[in-house]
Amino acid sequence: MPTANIVTAGKTPRLKSRGGISDTNLLLLITISVFIAMYICAILFLGSGFLKPQTFFNILNENASLIILSCGMSIVMITGGIDISVGTLTALVCMSSAVHLDYQGGSVLTSLLLALGIGLAFGIVQGFLIAYLEIQPFIVTLAGMFFAKGMTTIVNATQFNVENEAFRALKATRLYVPGMGSVNKLGAYVPAYVEIGVVVAVVTAILLFCLLRWTRLGRNFYAVGGNTQSANMLGINVKRTKFMAYLLCGLLAGIGGFVYFLHVGSGSPSHASGAEMNAIASSIIGGTMLTGGVGNIAGTFFGVLSLSTIKNIVSSLGLDEAWWTNITVAAMICLFLVIQSVVLLRKNKSKQ
Amino acid sequence: MTTSTKTPIQAPPQRVKTGSLLSRLTRHQIFIPIAALLILVVFNLIADPSFFTISLDHNSAGNPVLSGYLITILDNASELVILAIGMTLVTAASGGQDISVGAAIAIGGSVVLRVLCGTDSRPEVLHAPIIVAFLVCCLVSMLFGAFNGVLVAYFKIQPMVATLILFTAGRSIAAWINNNELPIISDATFGYFGNFIPGIPIPTPVFIAVVCMIVIAAVLKFTNLGLYTQSVGINAHSSRLNGIDPAFIKFITYVIMGLCVAVAGFIKVSRFSTINYSVVAKDIEMDAILAVALGGSALSGGKFNMTASILGAYVIQFLTTTLFKFNVVSSALPAYKAVVVILLVVLSAPVVRERLGILARRFSPAKPAKEVG
Repeated sequence: MPTANIVTAGKTPRLKSRGGISDTNLLLLITISVFIAMYICAILFLGSGFLKPQTFFNILNENASLIILSCGMSIVMITGGIDISVGTLTALVCMSSAVHLDYQGGSVLTSLLLALGIGLAFGIVQGFLIAYLEIQPFIVTLAGMFFAKGMTTIVNATQFNVENEAFRALKATRLYVPGMGSVNKLGAYVPAYVEIGVVVAVVTAILLFCLLRWTRLGRNFYAVGGNTQSANMLGINVKRTKFMAYLLCGLLAGIGGFVYFLHVGSGSPSHASGAEMNAIASSIIGGTMLTGGVGNIAGTFFGVLSLSTIKNIVSSLGLDEAWWTNITVAAMICLFLVIQSVVLLRKNKSKQ
Repeated sequence: MTTSTKTPIQAPPQRVKTGSLLSRLTRHQIFIPIAALLILVVFNLIADPSFFTISLDHNSAGNPVLSGYLITILDNASELVILAIGMTLVTAASGGQDISVGAAIAIGGSVVLRVLCGTDSRPEVLHAPIIVAFLVCCLVSMLFGAFNGVLVAYFKIQPMVATLILFTAGRSIAAWINNNELPIISDATFGYFGNFIPGIPIPTPVFIAVVCMIVIAAVLKFTNLGLYTQSVGINAHSSRLNGIDPAFIKFITYVIMGLCVAVAGFIKVSRFSTINYSVVAKDIEMDAILAVALGGSALSGGKFNMTASILGAYVIQFLTTTLFKFNVVSSALPAYKAVVVILLVVLSAPVVRERLGILARRFSPAKPAKEVG
């Protein structure tokens, strides 16, 4: 522990004396300003729809599961890895929970446990393969992605809505946000609401933010991602840390999958398709570096919001086809990747 | 009995002779795909020997065509083989894989249809010669390959993440090129490239794949491409000190990948004379990566064996066709393939190999194997 203190104490002034702000803060700053700029532009050019609080809360409602998935992705990316199985894992969790609820007479609690179990199992297997057998993360999670995709159709090949009473009651629960709301066309006051998933997502994000900032495990993630060799020399168990990252990511995919299930209320093989890309995109936009060691849950949160806001803008521009959204998202990933790359090159240059 | 095996390398003299032949065989890179192929062949032979019958039929136009599962495998594997060639080079040079090939095939196919059909979605006559369409397709695919290459080589982004951009946007771009329409070509000559040329009973894609193999063999034999890609993949820094530009080599492999994608896309679109943007070449990137992994080339870059990769591609198609024959629904296929991938990468992981090696050498459980950390 004393060693770690000395290192952090020695590091901070060096960063400051270089005259710049640290990479984490710079990327976070870019993200937040992009989000605010985008939202202001949307309000200015696309009318008052974006001024209603409910529009903002709807973005949260739609993307509660994405926030959770992206948080897991950020943690994995901070350790220098990647997990592309989370999207199809979400679909698998949805389908399994749905089948369990409707065809096997399970309760909401058991289906939640099932969801967490599936996520945890994926996390453990993938984490073991990556951390202890030292196989490339991308290959392992690519296989995981395809495995989950195939398993989803094996569990059930068609889409169906869940009829379970308790589940539907939970799905319909709305939590009204005090002090927020808008007046509709008839002149009645409509309070703004969020779904349960949003609460779960926000609590998860806050917990993970604390984990990354103040716990030993959280700091180990950064250390391993920043420089594996130095982390090893500091006495950090690199393999265990990596394993924990994938385990957390799998568990979060389980939670995210259940939240997604709670939002859509059905099981389908095509659910959450491309969610892994959105999660990666959100993390990248949120300032998490692909090379590891740099990232922030707060940034990821804003990354999800930026991504969904731009999707909303695209669809309210009348370009409703799914392909325009895809192209915009890809362009955004590209832009932020290049920004990161430039930041990294600048850093390398200042080192020399 | 002289042991004139295909490995001309002399075994280390201190080895015991009985063990050396077996270990030399199993250590050869081409061993894994051949073994996998043999397992599949034996499995099919036991399950249903009629799997291997080939018959000469006549198609609806009255031309002789060969049919049978083996021909299907050879035919359908063509695109995969061509992609595996590009994927092997990309893997060797950049230590990562191009996951955008499926989406890029959609773009290439869409370009072919756009050039041939113009704005008319049901053309009576082709608007341009087929060769022009093919060349434009090559050009566009190479441009997209170059885009990936620039991101990987010059911006130093991890290959799989850089190609993620095209993976996300590719099929959308393909739809956009044709205004989201699905043109159908009625001209029969266009179908020759994906099906049969009248009078020749072997499917045309097989010939195209063979031509590609010959071309890449010649390129590897007569140019330094193979040597340079391997040296960049093994150690980019020292190859730079030796006067090779690693960034350019990486870039050029992605452009070659683009060319392979163009050929594969052209075959794909010629098979059906039309295109479905969201389905065409779906999950083919997984198969192509699997082919390289099966071929035993390190997925983290460096040395590669093109023959093994090509053989790997045929094995994958063999597996797919076998699974289809046993009525596995196509949407459940990925699960089975994923299991195969995991098994392969686990077996080829250095940690596992080391342990297996120790286990095989000691063979006596009394001695506790002490690993080096």
